[in-house]
Amino acid sequence: MKYLLLIHSNPENWGHPTFLRTAAALAMSSEERAELSREFETLLTEIVESGELVTAEALPDPAQTRTVRVRDGVPAVTDGPFVEAKEQFAGYFVVDCESLERATEIAARFPDTRFGGAVEVRALMERSGQEM
Amino acid sequence: MQPENGTEDLLRRLAPRVLAALVRHYGNFEAAEDAVQEALLAATTQWPGSGVPESPLGWLIRVASRRLTDELRSELARRRREATVASHTVPDELFAPAADIADLRGTDDTLTLLVLCCHPSLSPASQIALTLRAVGGLTTAEIARAFLVPEATMAQRISRAKQRIKAAGARFQPPPEEERPERFRAVLHVLYLIFNEGYTATAGPDVHRADLAAEAIRLTRTVTRILPDDGEVAGLLALMLLTDARRPARTRPDGSLVPLAEQDRSRWNRAYVDEGIALITRTLSRAPLGPYQVQAAIAAVHAEAARAEETDWRQVLALYQLLERLAPNPMVTLNHAVAAAMVQGPQAGLAMLAPLDADERVARHHRLSAVRAHLLELAGDHEGARACYLTAARLTTSLPEQQYLQNQAARLTSDGR
Repeated sequence: MKYLLLIHSNPENWGHPTFLRTAAALAMSSEERAELSREFETLLTEIVESGELVTAEALPDPAQTRTVRVRDGVPAVTDGPFVEAKEQFAGYFVVDCESLERATEIAARFPDTRFGGAVEVRALMERSGQEM
Repeated sequence: MQPENGTEDLLRRLAPRVLAALVRHYGNFEAAEDAVQEALLAATTQWPGSGVPESPLGWLIRVASRRLTDELRSELARRRREATVASHTVPDELFAPAADIADLRGTDDTLTLLVLCCHPSLSPASQIALTLRAVGGLTTAEIARAFLVPEATMAQRISRAKQRIKAAGARFQPPPEEERPERFRAVLHVLYLIFNEGYTATAGPDVHRADLAAEAIRLTRTVTRILPDDGEVAGLLALMLLTDARRPARTRPDGSLVPLAEQDRSRWNRAYVDEGIALITRTLSRAPLGPYQVQAAIAAVHAEAARAEETDWRQVLALYQLLERLAPNPMVTLNHAVAAAMVQGPQAGLAMLAPLDADERVARHHRLSAVRAHLLELAGDHEGARACYLTAARLTTSLPEQQYLQNQAARLTSDGR
């Protein structure tokens, strides 16, 4: 089963990994920051080697976002994200794993979840199905 | 059935025998498996031009063992460079010409390989991937395509699986007598999972996944030849044939799902139906009963009805009662409830569903809501049925199922929205 892990984060200045740029992480010692990076690297290595990671992408500063709406047949383009929130969509991972529980376990190990951000776990819909 | 490419079919059949010969001789499953893949690729590119060699098995073994010994030699050289003292010498037989290593225990070797690939230290996803590559002779790219993941992801899964097997100390030899039943069951389960992956495929971008069903049938057929007296192997093959027979009727050209009751049965694969029914009938009369046989028997009862209304639901119900005793699980209960509803009325079925609301394995599963919706509709409670169809539509993660369930709900509203 494939799951989309949506990473929401609130870094001081946009950059990746976002968790290191949150106010709380910036206040930490360099050893603590290095330890955080190592934890994250461990997670990445684990899901690459297990064959669970399908794909992942990081996103640029939300300020670079364009939101497009069409009103009365006219496209209205605004700068900035569709949802106004403190935490912004920072990137995504697609993992293919045994269960929702496993996907949740992976999500919980993203350091962003501890620094005011969150990881949303969404299943990807399948194009195949069982007849009823 | 689709016409099979001659060379590819031959290579697939020979793959496990080549691998078995190499593992038997060199003992290194991990490296041998890679070497066999390379030999298969070499054959795929060379044979169409040069023609199939006189002894394809010998050719493959020769090429694969050359690759393997090259690999082992360079590995050894690497270790020598790294080690301060080259303390051990390599036994000569390691580099012996491989032409003589082809022993033709073939079929037993295939089972031993299957058991190894379905090792309990592996996750189901890894067991499936490794089985398809080492026994099925599929390339990593083909397996990746079938599971809709990048090739690199699948390559990782396969390489991790091989490392795990090595770490678990598993050897290429038949399992000890006391472990055999359990290890064989694991093999059947993996074959069943491969089949299901393929069977649920419909149209469009998923159509190549259908090959997995054909591959599962092919591998299960091989196992029935190795274990002709095992009722569960025969039961599994019959179940696959009877299920796959419905494939031409289970989807419309646009990919939407057609429920069993509405399928055009004239489009079922008659050859598979006949073979499946004959196989399960023969098996039930002589083998100890098991869950795959009972599931095949249920599929056979459905297959024997020329029209849905002629289904012998009493027999289906009796078989589900039996299955519930042999292999109780909530998914069986769901189907059992449908059969009970058809024989004893919808309330009987609904009563069987009630305890499942407290069963966390199935409480939030779309199938529970879908079955309840169907039974409520049979009971005449259209409002309740509609609500349950909508719940099921929200819970499923399959697009065609969601579409089907929403259509069911829409059918029950006056304005059809």
